[in-house]
Order: sequence, then structure tokens, then C-alpha cells
Amino acid sequence: MSETPWVGRSLRRREDERLLRGRGTYVGDVDLPGQLHAVFVRSPFAHAAIGGIDADAALALPGVVAVLTAADVPAGPLPPFLWDTPPEKLVSALRPHLRPCHPPLLADRPLYAGQAVAVVVAESRYVAEDAAELVVIDYDPLPPVATLERALAPDALVVHEGWDDNVAVRFVVAKGDVEGALADAAVVVRERFSTQRQAGIPMETRGAVATWDATGDGLTLWSATQNSHPLRRALSRVSGVPQERIRVIAPDVGGGFGIKGVLYPEDLLVGLLAMRLGRPVKWIEDRLEHMLSAVHAREQVHEIEVGLDAEGRIVAMRDHVLVDTGAYNPLGLVIPYNTIAHLMGPYRVPSFEATAEGVITTKTPTAPYRGAGRPEAVFAVERSLDLAARRLGIDPVELRLRNLVRPEEMAYDVGILYRDGEPLVLDGGDYPEVLRRAAELVGWDDVEIRERNGRLVGRGIGVYVEGTGIGPFEGAVVEVGDDGRVAVRTGACTQGQGHETVFAQVCADHLGVDAGAVDVVTGDTDGLEKGWGTVASRSAVVAGNAVAEAAGIVREQALHAAGELLEIAAADLTLTAGRVVPRDAPDRGVGLGEVARAAREQGSPLASTRYFEPGTVTWANGAHAAVVAVDPETGEVELLRYVVVHDCGREINPMIVDGQVHGGVAQGIGGALYEEILYDEEGQLLNGTLADYLVPTAEEVPVIELDRRETPSPLNALGLRGVGEGGAILPPAAIANAVEDALSGLGAVVRRTPLTPPYVRSLAVPDATHLRSSGEDEILRP
Amino acid sequence: MAPREIVVRVNGEEYRGSAEPRVTLVDFLRDELGLTGTHVGCEHGVCGACTILMDGRTVRSCLMLAVQAEGHELRTVEGLAPADGPLHPIQEAFSEKHGLQCGFCTPGFLMTVEELLRDDPDPSEETIRSRLSGNICRCTGYQNIVEAVRYAAELTREAAP
Repeated sequence: MSETPWVGRSLRRREDERLLRGRGTYVGDVDLPGQLHAVFVRSPFAHAAIGGIDADAALALPGVVAVLTAADVPAGPLPPFLWDTPPEKLVSALRPHLRPCHPPLLADRPLYAGQAVAVVVAESRYVAEDAAELVVIDYDPLPPVATLERALAPDALVVHEGWDDNVAVRFVVAKGDVEGALADAAVVVRERFSTQRQAGIPMETRGAVATWDATGDGLTLWSATQNSHPLRRALSRVSGVPQERIRVIAPDVGGGFGIKGVLYPEDLLVGLLAMRLGRPVKWIEDRLEHMLSAVHAREQVHEIEVGLDAEGRIVAMRDHVLVDTGAYNPLGLVIPYNTIAHLMGPYRVPSFEATAEGVITTKTPTAPYRGAGRPEAVFAVERSLDLAARRLGIDPVELRLRNLVRPEEMAYDVGILYRDGEPLVLDGGDYPEVLRRAAELVGWDDVEIRERNGRLVGRGIGVYVEGTGIGPFEGAVVEVGDDGRVAVRTGACTQGQGHETVFAQVCADHLGVDAGAVDVVTGDTDGLEKGWGTVASRSAVVAGNAVAEAAGIVREQALHAAGELLEIAAADLTLTAGRVVPRDAPDRGVGLGEVARAAREQGSPLASTRYFEPGTVTWANGAHAAVVAVDPETGEVELLRYVVVHDCGREINPMIVDGQVHGGVAQGIGGALYEEILYDEEGQLLNGTLADYLVPTAEEVPVIELDRRETPSPLNALGLRGVGEGGAILPPAAIANAVEDALSGLGAVVRRTPLTPPYVRSLAVPDATHLRSSGEDEILRP
Repeated sequence: MAPREIVVRVNGEEYRGSAEPRVTLVDFLRDELGLTGTHVGCEHGVCGACTILMDGRTVRSCLMLAVQAEGHELRTVEGLAPADGPLHPIQEAFSEKHGLQCGFCTPGFLMTVEELLRDDPDPSEETIRSRLSGNICRCTGYQNIVEAVRYAAELTREAAP
């Protein structure tokens, strides 16, 4: 180790220079000689049969090279990608109802508006778009199934052939005696909460470029993917080209947030088209088709019951979760299980029962988006606890403190399994202290509900935990060149998280070089056999530890090789700042490049490949507090303050960690107040532009006041916990709690997001019927 | 429609290219002139990723046709700093304050800030947030961008004679 570790420093990012000068290489910037341009023809109907497709007029247009439909491409569902099959331990414990449900490459019976039914390839993008409009498709519209209610109705049209209902996944997770505990509870909050369908909106849309060299390099695909190795495997499956002859490159990628972490037909088709046509093919999605056909997220309904004793201690929790999966459910039970696994959160909950159902509708598929089922769980639970606190007359912070797992109880076995099939064990952190610190920062006891210029001020708080750093593995190659520069390659692609910088910091410490001497390449399948990719708050943990292990091995190799070179025992040498020196004669050192050359000439180059396989996830945690001003006349909510205290273990680069939290919170604020994907009853998307789907701008996101704790994870050598998603998990709950607090004099109950002006105004109108509970919503028992 | 010859000055250099009248300015810059630093985020004028300067004022290059730029003076992200020289103060500030993550929206922000600081060398936070509100960033939550703008203003004032 060097004297001052690189890990822990807010080092400026290596990737900034090229990105700031406009010299990044995003997939749209890849420009190959002779390339053709693909444009997809998408179904205008949510559900339809196709009687026939007439491409003659399109093909007659000068410059059009090909038009392909479902009949021209391999049939059947897309191959597996990530986590399609749950781990055996989970399956044997849950015995879930789980139907495989992947989309085809091109649909002959489209199941959502926007699904690709044909692809046009032409000499230019403009001509391809002209031709796409000339493809005549004989659609026979079928009834849409546009809502959860309609999908679950007894007489519902069953969307997928061969199924007897629309339930793609169903399972129950339970412990203890929920029925008995609820019967004995002093108070039971019984509510129905819902979270709206949202879009992740990376600023760069999807896109891919492929080129095929039948005799030489094989198939090369550039894609704005979060998972280049799994994409290579899938492309191999559909193309028949062995993986060794396929190279997938995720170059600079303009944001992902999970939206680019699923397998899409378009990426595979671009590869197949390049092979079939013998020329490079490029496809760049436009924003309108992105809104229609890239995955959505978050649409859930919770029917939750939380029972507490008279002192405010949780005695039982029961939840029934409905997840709108859209037309397909490629990730199996990932989203519903994430939701269920995070319901008990950081709390002691003696009895628990949760039923999850993933339900097919004829809408765009949903998949993990930053938080991936957790914000939905946290919204239902944190809302319930605020209602309970009000019923019991206990301060919301105090009520939470009475239930939080305490540091001395760690490691705390929650009593259910996590999604990886391992026992869900909270592995450290001081949850009460994190909450107290957030309350202190926001001035919880000073913030009193009062009117300010006719607006009502409220405060809200919440807590979360997040399972991070999930397996199965990530790998890293570390090797030293003759020039002394260190090359690191990993399958953990980057979409802005600063991997080139943070993995250089990790490598620098474990090898003994300057971070500036380390060049990191991510997301290129060349030179690394296996990879998984960047999703699920896992890359720092899983790839970071792989880099550390590989760098540690290369360090040992270098000391050994230098020992032979200098004829000094390796144990008497040290490696610092890129030089191997005798401990007792620092002036006799030799540069790492020279050592590398000597080692290579001896036939044992300085290089190591390591795959890190975490035993299970490691838990990050945090508390958020919001202060809002609500205008009861207009329903407008202004965020006056937003406080975050979080613990993601040891931080490799605190500046980058802060940036991850800021960005996550901003997306969470969008979900709390503004963003909602809207469909009509025919399954038509109503707000498919950025003028209609409102993401926050600099005017809507306040200064985020941030504090941290660093409780090193005991589960990995670097002590890391993940941080990519944490910021996005709490804002809907914390802000909803604050809005309800502001309106508490009016008896309002916030049951959903987003808290748009019309919804908030309806809450603020005292005689509106929807203000009243349904009668059973809250039952105070004797 | 037949392509038309278009002559524009970009970053102080004269460029000649040809484009059909329907070709957008951003496609012309990227595909015809090879200036790929300017990005396409929405193609409907909302996200601001394609923001460039035309005759010193910001425009959305996705909402303009290339032919409309004929004879005008354009400035893109590639023109902020000399090719082999140090970063422009705004670029320097964005890196120092971690005002970019994925970098896709960044060129549009840089050009917006260039215009802002020329109009107001010492903008208040309110002014900064207001002037940035036509550019969407999905990664940073804007906080570090706002800080970067303030720092860029400081650097620019220091550098002024």
C-alpha cells in the first residue's frame, strides 16, 4: 500500500477531459464506412393480429436495402440475459408460480403499442424513416388489457397464448404468526398505496452499430448497453456465431439507470442485419420510440397492513403487491422479490407475510429502474408508519427509533431469504444514528407546521436499507505494460459512474502505483472471458473487489520478478508509486515497466484475472428528510429543504459518491412530484415526449444537504457497500410524508405519487370524498 | 429534394457541406461535418443536449434546419478550448466540481453556460438555475452543475484583465 491511499480521495475524473471536449465516443458517434441505417416499424395498437405486411412500396424507394418482418428472423422468445432463472435455493423455498415470458425479435402479434413488427434498412436514416412510413401493415386490432384491474378481472382476456390467466409470477414470503399478531395489535394501519409507471430517461437513447467480417474478426457490436458480456452471449444464441467470434463494446454510454440493463430485440437485430446484408448497420433510437418501447418501471399497488403495539412497536406486517409487468416479464421474479425483500427494511418485524403477483398487461414491459422495486416497498411502509405515528400520538422519528435494528443487534437475520437465495442478514450500520442525524440536520424539532404566505409547511422523514453488490460475479484483468502503465479491464460497464477513475484508485492502492498510471477499460468483451455488467448497485462492490484481488496478485508477481532482477529477496522489497525498491536502500529501485519487461521475457508476464463472487449482498442504509411548502389553492408543492444521511460503507471517491446520491435523489424527486407515464384505456401512451413527461430541471431540484457514515462492509475486503440506487429510494416516501404533514389539519392521506397539483389540491379540499378512508383503512383496536 | 450546398463558419473555420433542405442542423454538424460533440437527446427541442451558439446566442440545433445556418457563425463544444490547449474555464469548472457524469447532456450545458456568463459574469444561484432550466441532466441532480457555473464565473473573472 502507498503511504496515502488513493481510495478515499475525491480524485477528479479521468473520463472528464474527453467528455468535456466533445471527444467522447457514444454509440451514435460510431461511424463505419458503408454503414446502413435501420429504422423500426412499431405497432400503433396495444394488441393486434397482423394479417399481412406489404413492403413493396418501401422497397421501391431508392436507397432502401431491406425490409424484414417476423417471418424473416428467428422465431421464438429472446434468449436468457440476467437472472431469468431464480437461484435454486430460492425456488425450492418459495415454489413460485413463474411463467417464462420474453418478447420475440419482431412481433407477429404485437402486445403493446410501440413493439417492433418490422425493420427497414436504407442508405440513410432519412430514407429509412421515409420507407418505414411506406410499409403497409394489415392490423386486426384485438382488445387491449391496459390496467391491472382489467388484467385480473375474472373475465379478463388472457394476453399470452396457452396461459389460463395473466399472472406471470406469484409467490408468498412469510414468517411468524401474522394473523394472531394483527389480532392482538393496538393499532393496525390498513391502506392501499400505489406508485405510478415511470420512465428512466437516460439522456442518450438506446442504439447499436454492428459490423460483420465473415472470415476475419467475426461480429462486432457497439451498443449503449449496461451489460456487454451477457449481450454477447445472447447475440451468440440468436446468430449461431460462437462467443469467441463476437465482440460487444459498450463505449461511452449516456446514462442507463437500469433502462439499458435488459435485453432488447433491437440490439440483436442490428447484429443479425449486419451479417445478413454484409454491411455495417446502425440504429439510433429516437426519443419518441424510446418513450414507447424502452422499458418502464414502478407501476405497483400495495394493500398493506401494519400492526403496532401501544408503544409503537411493529408486531406484524402483511402486504399484497401487484406489479404491472407490461406485455412481458423477462426478469422473472426480480422486481416483485426486490419489493418484498425490502418491505421490513431496517425494522424489527416479528411476523411478516407478503404476497406478490406480477401481472401481464398490453403495455410496454417494466423492468428494474434505479431502485428496482425498493422505492415502491419503502413508500408503502414509510407511509404506513407515519399514519401509525399519528394514530398513536408518537413522533414519527421516535416511532421509527423504537423499531430500528440497533447496531449491537448486527449481524441481524431478518428471517427470510434474499433474492440470491441466501438468508437476508443486515450486515452492519448504525440505523438509529443515521436517522437521528437526518432529523438533527433538518431541524426536525424546530420545523413546526405553520403557514407561510398562505402556504402550508410540512416535514417528512423516512429510512431505507438496500441490498447491494449482488452476484453472481464480476471480473477484472490487471496487467502491466513495458512502459509501466497498468491496464485494467472489467465487465462492469460504465454509464457515468466514473469507473475509469474509481477502479484506477483501487488498483493503484493494491498494486502500488499512481492512479494516473492506470488505464481502465470497461464494457468491452475483448480480453475478458466473462462479465455481468453494471446494474443493481453492484459494480463498485463486485468489480472493485475483483480489481483489488487482481492488483494484489500482480503486486506479488512484480515483487517476485524484481527480486530476481535485483537479486534481493521479494520480502525485502516494496512497490510504491510504480517503483520496486529495497526496503533498506530506496535509491536502488527499479521501475515497474522494467520489471514487467523482464517478467515477460521470463515467460511470466505481470498479469492477473480475478472473478469476485460475493457470498451474498451487503446492506447500505440511509435516512432522508424533506421540508415542503404546499399551496392548498393550487396544489403546488415546493421542496424547501432536502436532507440525506447515508452509509454506503467505505467510499472509494466521496465526490463521485455524492454525485450518485444527488442524481438518485433528483430522480426520486421526479417520481415524487412530476413523472408519470400515462396510458389511455386503449393502451395508448399519452405522454411520449419530454414536453409531456416531466423530468425535474435545475429549478425543481433543491440543494441536497448531505451527510454520511462509513460503516465498512464485513463481507468484502474493500469494505464497500453499493450506492448507485440509494438516493432514488426514499424521496417519494419522504416527500409524501411531508405533504401529508403539511395538510394534516385537513385530514389528508397521501396514497399515491406523483404529488401533482391536481392530486394535492384534491387532498386539500376538506369535503372531497376521496379524503375519507374507505372505512377500514385505519382501525384502532382497544 | 436535391441536396443543397451549405457554407457555415463553425468554431472560426469555414465548412462546406451538402444537405437536403430537410436535414436538421444537428445531423448536418454530426454526420456531414463530423462534429459529433453536439448530441441529440430528444429531437423535439426540450432536453437541450443539442444546444450550440449561432451568432453568439444559444439555439437548439435539432429544431433548426441546416440550410437555415447558411452564412452564420456557429460555435460548438469542440470550439470552447484549443485542441491541444488547456480546458476552457467552464470545462475546467465542470470537471473540478464533478458537474458531469455520463457526459451526454454536458456539451449543451457548456454552451448554455458560455452564453450565461457572457450575459452575467456573476450570476446568482437563482439566475443560474433559471438559465439552466432549458437543459435536462438526468445524472447529477444539477447541484454540482450549479456549483460549477459559480466556479466558472470565478475563474473567468480572475482571468479577465
